[in-house]
Amino acid sequence: MRRFIYVIPLIVLLGVVGASIVQMKSGVPASKLPSVLIDRPVPDFVLGPIKGQSVGFSSEDLKGQVTLVNLFGSWCFACLTEHPFLMRVKEQNLIPIFGLDWREKDVDAGPMWLEKWGNPYTRIGDDPDSKGAISLGVTGAPESFIVDKKGIIRYKQIGPITPDVWDETLWPIIQKLRQDKS
Amino acid sequence: MKKLLSILAFMFLALSVYSPVSAIEPDEILSDPALETRAREVSKQLRCVVCQNQSIDDSNADLARDMRLLVRDRILAGDTNQGVLDYMVSSYGDYVLLKPPFKTSTALLWLGPFIIFVLGFIAVGFYFRKRPVEKTISTINHTPLDDDERAKIERALSSTNENEGNTK
Repeated sequence: MRRFIYVIPLIVLLGVVGASIVQMKSGVPASKLPSVLIDRPVPDFVLGPIKGQSVGFSSEDLKGQVTLVNLFGSWCFACLTEHPFLMRVKEQNLIPIFGLDWREKDVDAGPMWLEKWGNPYTRIGDDPDSKGAISLGVTGAPESFIVDKKGIIRYKQIGPITPDVWDETLWPIIQKLRQDKS
Repeated sequence: MKKLLSILAFMFLALSVYSPVSAIEPDEILSDPALETRAREVSKQLRCVVCQNQSIDDSNADLARDMRLLVRDRILAGDTNQGVLDYMVSSYGDYVLLKPPFKTSTALLWLGPFIIFVLGFIAVGFYFRKRPVEKTISTINHTPLDDDERAKIERALSSTNENEGNTK
């Protein structure tokens, strides 16, 4: 029985190693931790228009209705995969989408991309130096936020919006927020 | 030997004075050296959120560069070092700080090593207290063998003698 004591450190060590491995394999990666911005007002930002447009996009524009804020870039492949779906959202008039055109190397790149694939956005802000993206705690594109009528962030979607994500998560949240009075 | 030591000491000193290469590009550096020093200090405490284990000061990632520039913008605009860190935390959470702050949720992280050290210390104390070595020896010396034990020893001794005799 006394001998058992000598094995305890080994057992503890194996336990710690085991727990770490399980956490690494199945746990949430640090970059996907829930955003601290949830249930907080959209941070203040004012972004200028992209080339060829006259109005930009500022955080003030998000008050008064439930909105979807979507961060994209012409260089971002995953953004193109969600793009047809965003076009459908626009065609069916489901929710106004506000875009942040993030880190375009060239002022023409964003406008050309939108001309080629379609423009689903109500307003677009140009964000060449990540000021908007950093204020929203963005780590990669695409990322989308659901903002309620008062301008409070209610949900953050990391990665492309797929029809499944829309049906199961985003759309129910949007409908619920619309029903909220006040 | 002395010479070797002094060379080693010199190398160590040189390493500690010379800060490792940072990812800052010349166009980012502020013209005011005092402000630039502050910007470096803040940048070293901020995690590059796309590379995880580097500070934005070390990282070549695009987003890290933009974060460095934003740090400098805010410092130029008159923000304090803590103010800049707070701004980053407000959008990225504590995760953006390379050194996690002490909170109830991180208490185990900070105190864990000390707790383990104290437990280990206690365990070592118990280990040595449970073996009063000298006492054991003295009790052995003072208890004489009883008849049974003597008989056993004699039997054992005589049997080994016989065995030795047989092998010869």
